[in-house]
Amino acid sequence: MSTDPYLLRVNGTDHRVGDGRPGESLLWVLRERLGFHGSKNACEEGECGSCTVLLDGQTVCSCLVLAESATGCEITTIEGVADDEGLSDVQQAFIDTGAVQCGFCTPGLIVSIGALLDSNPDPDDLTVREAISGNLCRCTGYGRILEAVNVAAAGRRNEGSAA
Amino acid sequence: MTIATSLEDACAALAADPDSLVLAGGTDLMVEVNRGSRRIGNVVTLNRVPELGAWRRDGGQLRLGAGVTFGEISRPEIASLLPALAQAARTVGSPQIRNAATLGGNIATASPAADSLPVLVALDAVLELCSSAGRREVAVADFVTGVKQTCLLPGELIEAVRVPVLDGPQEFCKVGTRNAMVISVASLALLVDRGSRRIRVGLGSVSPRPLRATAAEEHISQRLDWDTGGHPGETAIGEFADLVAGSATPINDHRSSARYRSHAVGVLAGRALARVLEEVAAT
Repeated sequence: MSTDPYLLRVNGTDHRVGDGRPGESLLWVLRERLGFHGSKNACEEGECGSCTVLLDGQTVCSCLVLAESATGCEITTIEGVADDEGLSDVQQAFIDTGAVQCGFCTPGLIVSIGALLDSNPDPDDLTVREAISGNLCRCTGYGRILEAVNVAAAGRRNEGSAA
Repeated sequence: MTIATSLEDACAALAADPDSLVLAGGTDLMVEVNRGSRRIGNVVTLNRVPELGAWRRDGGQLRLGAGVTFGEISRPEIASLLPALAQAARTVGSPQIRNAATLGGNIATASPAADSLPVLVALDAVLELCSSAGRREVAVADFVTGVKQTCLLPGELIEAVRVPVLDGPQEFCKVGTRNAMVISVASLALLVDRGSRRIRVGLGSVSPRPLRATAAEEHISQRLDWDTGGHPGETAIGEFADLVAGSATPINDHRSSARYRSHAVGVLAGRALARVLEEVAAT
């Protein structure tokens, strides 16, 4: 049994899902049917945050979204966080601070941190820790990730004051 | 699958197939689907029903649509009116979970560890249920009939939750293995209700259903000086904590022992009471 065809709007482009099976998560469809491999699949129960995407601008675990139910929503994956072929400021900050080790948690963290800085360009330490509390990293110990947030936030503040 | 865009649509779809799965935030349901422990047949999704996502104040009451998310409950507009519910909301999962998970979903899932339920029973919340056959109201304490069991009938939905806006400080406390992403081992809501000179206490994770600690409530409510807000004394607080611990009927499971749960909920009671008394003294 397959689902009726449905549309998912991912990073500004509509994608037709024609051969879905009932019960498939948004994460599964993004990765296995539409080829967006940036969002990672680890726990499949909302614990690790490596599948974090934006759904209408809000971070969610795509493993806990029934794919079909996201029809009509704006979905932004890690592939869509930068405007062009370049990198987003958060991606660049991760590289500059060495916040990436195995890299598995990185896409989810970058989506979460981007969403945080979009709503609050000057978060205090507790706010940052709370914002990434749903993203597990088992390599870095978080020190350099927190540093990356500070670098990206400082960059946005400088840009804001220069404009 | 029916993506309902109005309450009427949702009720009609459920009436047509009462065995349909009702999908709100999906944060409990999709875990079961991903594990393969729940098969997906027909699904009615509620996240696009505007009536369910709305909330409003009606005089001394707040009416929260069942689709209001824990993220929204955490924010100042609702938090200023329902501080304990907002505190509970902030302990739900992670930001990603709170952006999706709904109040109605938490109630309908009816887990003993549900974070909203101790607050809602302490508030004497009333649920508005609807189906294509009509509407009815049920107190949240009667709605949950057992572990993950409710009195919701086939074809019925939770439409909204009505709670009073109380005069007085409120606390929600929860014990778990860490701060984020934790399923509670014991939880407690303590609300000061100056209007009826009552301390209200709701308990979670220490019984199959959410519980009111009635004997403890009466004990401490009589020992507070409601006119001056004076401290009832450490002995009274200790007795209150013991009564709360004694009202719990917990079980041993993989998350905790029954003995620890009773102990923990007593500690939470004393701590929450001390905090609200400080607030009372400061106002």
